[in-house]
Amino acid sequence: MASVPSDKVRMPTPVKLLIAGGFGVGKTTMVGAVSEIKPLRTEEVLTDRSVGVDDLSGVERKTTTTVAMDFGRISVGDDYVLYLFGTPGQERFWFVWDELARGALGAVVLADTRRLSDCFPSVDYFERRGTPFVVAVNCFEGAPVYDLAEVKMALSLPADIPVLLCDARRRASGKEVLITLVQHAYSRRPVAKV
Amino acid sequence: MNPDEQLYDEQVVRPYVISRGRTEARANLDLISLAVAIRQPTGLEVGLDPEHLAIVRLCRRPLSVAEIAAALDLPAGTVRVLLGDLLDSGFVAVQDPQPEVDVLDERMYRAVLDGLRAL
Repeated sequence: MASVPSDKVRMPTPVKLLIAGGFGVGKTTMVGAVSEIKPLRTEEVLTDRSVGVDDLSGVERKTTTTVAMDFGRISVGDDYVLYLFGTPGQERFWFVWDELARGALGAVVLADTRRLSDCFPSVDYFERRGTPFVVAVNCFEGAPVYDLAEVKMALSLPADIPVLLCDARRRASGKEVLITLVQHAYSRRPVAKV
Repeated sequence: MNPDEQLYDEQVVRPYVISRGRTEARANLDLISLAVAIRQPTGLEVGLDPEHLAIVRLCRRPLSVAEIAAALDLPAGTVRVLLGDLLDSGFVAVQDPQPEVDVLDERMYRAVLDGLRAL
């Protein structure tokens, strides 16, 4: 496949982390809080063929749809560079999720206690795919405050999935969430299967 | 609004015109695959479009497919096709992400955790 760079160009290895969750839960906010660059936006265009796997049966016309994803970057030493991708909110863009999840080290599922069910599809997706994930409850002002055990129960999460509170606007908080995620991914490492 | 601006809106050129109708990149590049320029065009190369040259200029330091796409305001798929050309003609080198099977690499976890703690 791709060529290996010559000895003269030393390149870091890119590593991917995902930030998922329902619409308006603070994914891009969290990306922006921890990223060393202003969050950027990239677009994938659904061509006819990818539309075919989307459920558009009965739609005879050619259709193209653009899916936008926000992302940020964190350089970690000389050897690795982390990319954080906010997943597109709409579930009909599963094909983009599959591409994003491929090779991802892990995912943060952001939850809002006012609309907890919004994060169910993300939890289901990563559980099914076997991608390590943690659930971070974004503490919106005015949102009901629940005990983390209650959130865990409401999401019927296995006991070993970390659930934590966060403030997606704060760098220190986002950092804590990402550290928890990477530690969790590491602890699950021996059983990590594609 | 100035009517000229409307007339020459860059959106007039469709992404797949830039990639000459091709949607399949020869190299199966990930969104986070990194590209870096390893040879500068002399200006005499045949077959390089302005977008190719813009990518080579951008990649003086390693940049991901996603970053190149954002910087040039092109869909990621178009950038994959153009990068495939540049890879074939030896202008860029590409570093792919850590393969999924290799997430067993303990060194990587340690480096990532250290990097995050230093944030």
